[in-house]
Amino acid sequence: MKRALHSWQGALALILCLAALACLPLMAADAPSPFGTGTVVLVFLLVAGAALVSFTNLSQPLVATILFVAAHLAVWLLLAGIAGNEGKATLAFFLMLAASWLLAWRCVTELSGIRPKSKSGDTFLRLLIPAIFGAWILILWEAATRGAGIPFIILPPPSSIGARLAGSVPILWADVQQTIFKAVLFGYVVGCASGFVVAILADRIAFLRRGLLPIGNMVSALPIIGVAPIMVMWFGFDWQSKAAVVIIMTFFPMLVNTVAGLAASGAMERDLMRSYASDYWQTLMKLRLPAAMPFIFNALKINSTLALIGAIVAEFFGTPIVGMGFRISTEIGRMNVDMVWAEIAVAALIGSVFYGVVALGERATTFWHPSNRGG
Amino acid sequence: MNNSPSSVVSAQKLGLTFETSDGPVHALSNVDLTVNKGDFVSFIGPSGCGKTTFLRVIADLEKATAGEITVNGMTPEEARKSRSYGYVFQAPALYPWRTIEKNIALPLEIMGYSSTDRKARIERTLDLVNLSGFGKKYPWQLSGGMQQRASIARALAFDADLLLMDEPFGALDEIVRDHLNEQLLKLWARTEKTICFVTHSIPEAVYLSTRIVVMSPRPGRVTDVIESTLPRERPLEIRETPEFLEIAHRVREGLRAGHSYEE
Repeated sequence: MKRALHSWQGALALILCLAALACLPLMAADAPSPFGTGTVVLVFLLVAGAALVSFTNLSQPLVATILFVAAHLAVWLLLAGIAGNEGKATLAFFLMLAASWLLAWRCVTELSGIRPKSKSGDTFLRLLIPAIFGAWILILWEAATRGAGIPFIILPPPSSIGARLAGSVPILWADVQQTIFKAVLFGYVVGCASGFVVAILADRIAFLRRGLLPIGNMVSALPIIGVAPIMVMWFGFDWQSKAAVVIIMTFFPMLVNTVAGLAASGAMERDLMRSYASDYWQTLMKLRLPAAMPFIFNALKINSTLALIGAIVAEFFGTPIVGMGFRISTEIGRMNVDMVWAEIAVAALIGSVFYGVVALGERATTFWHPSNRGG
Repeated sequence: MNNSPSSVVSAQKLGLTFETSDGPVHALSNVDLTVNKGDFVSFIGPSGCGKTTFLRVIADLEKATAGEITVNGMTPEEARKSRSYGYVFQAPALYPWRTIEKNIALPLEIMGYSSTDRKARIERTLDLVNLSGFGKKYPWQLSGGMQQRASIARALAFDADLLLMDEPFGALDEIVRDHLNEQLLKLWARTEKTICFVTHSIPEAVYLSTRIVVMSPRPGRVTDVIESTLPRERPLEIRETPEFLEIAHRVREGLRAGHSYEE
């Protein structure tokens, strides 16, 4: 009983198996190519067997491996069975899907409980757990859209998004070059750099600090996307106008954060510099900028996502016939939702990489900060 | 008055008034004091008696509003700009992004010492505070006592004959404190620096000092200056001798006189 409670996912999976048995078959009676009896038996055996294994006292890695193999094999059989039967899946099918998902959940729980001794093992687990998690989002999405026959326009299955992605690499690559490599990177670098320089100037010159900062706070509260059409009027249809939007969006977060960061060093640390008769620039370089780094990286991280949003949305307001925002707005008009999703996937991937690179830089630079020291 | 060549700090009728929204606060008033070369002077008194403020005036971290003060024969500002003192704060104030070595190198970098000179000085001062081998560590990897020792090393690294210490061991436990006091005396004997030391511990003041300046609050003023009769060589056990206890008694009397609790 205690084991059953311990692995409640396994227990629930068994119950779901029984419920599914009660309402077989897995596909509706009019399905063109229903599951073979052997496949159905295999799926039930895999799920029920793995659920039983999760109650045993075997070692955690072994249980996790068995669960991993069984859950994914079962779900693969289930997904493969949809082919030709789109929209014909019955309650039993979804019960079995839920049961395999529970097993995968149990697997991740077991994996999370493992304390690996080696560093590489630790890294492997750190990557494996979110990978299983992510894979199941796609699996459930795929099974739900194709099994239940959700209209393509509403939500295309990940498999067709993937196919579209693989089939349109040249177009996507051109869009990425236009939007990311030109508008986003240029705008991000110029916006962050100018925000930083103006912050230093504002620190040095009192009237800038008193005059510009309140206005900066006001401007950053404006819906910056609203200025996109104006930027198109000023700088033309090509990437320059998008870069301008990105510059405006990234400038103020960097300005405000850097100014806050420059004020972050303690009074005692500044007195120390004063006791050395250190001049303004020495104090800036050796004390105030290092102390401001956590703030500056905060702005860099915020800006990495803002820049992407800004450039993509700005393309809705006029652009040459290339670019991620352009593609999204035209393909949705042509009902090519899979292409829209493909662009979203690419944007998400690039956004994560962008953020990840900044975060790595942050860890290397502000390793001394209490939040990064670790243990 | 007291501008003999051996005087390092000389204050006459020194006063400092902070203007606050609740009216003026007299942090210091009518302070006359001379610190001679090679002295170890402790400033003792309850909080609010202006002992830290006086140290900060010497260091030109605060400006006096009345009276005269010279440091090494100069105004405090000139003295600060010619880098004539090292200051040790209540907290170590080590920069967490620099290793201990680099923290000690900080004043040397600012003052433009050559890199070979820097290396030699870092090694020498680390040895002076018994931290050899910890140069590559970051401050947050060391204990509080070690951090404070590193901050003393940082103040000793450059050529300043005056060392200003503002309750440097206030946040440490008594065992570590005894140990550091003993080390500080040895260090003082070896380096022949002039030390101004703010504390609120009577045994610490008596154990360390050649002169003890007793201060009292509202307004901050000097109530007594006690010349220590203890020898310069002081083992920790000296604190049990009648001579030590007598000086401690005098300090306590001085503190009590300046402190009318009956008000």
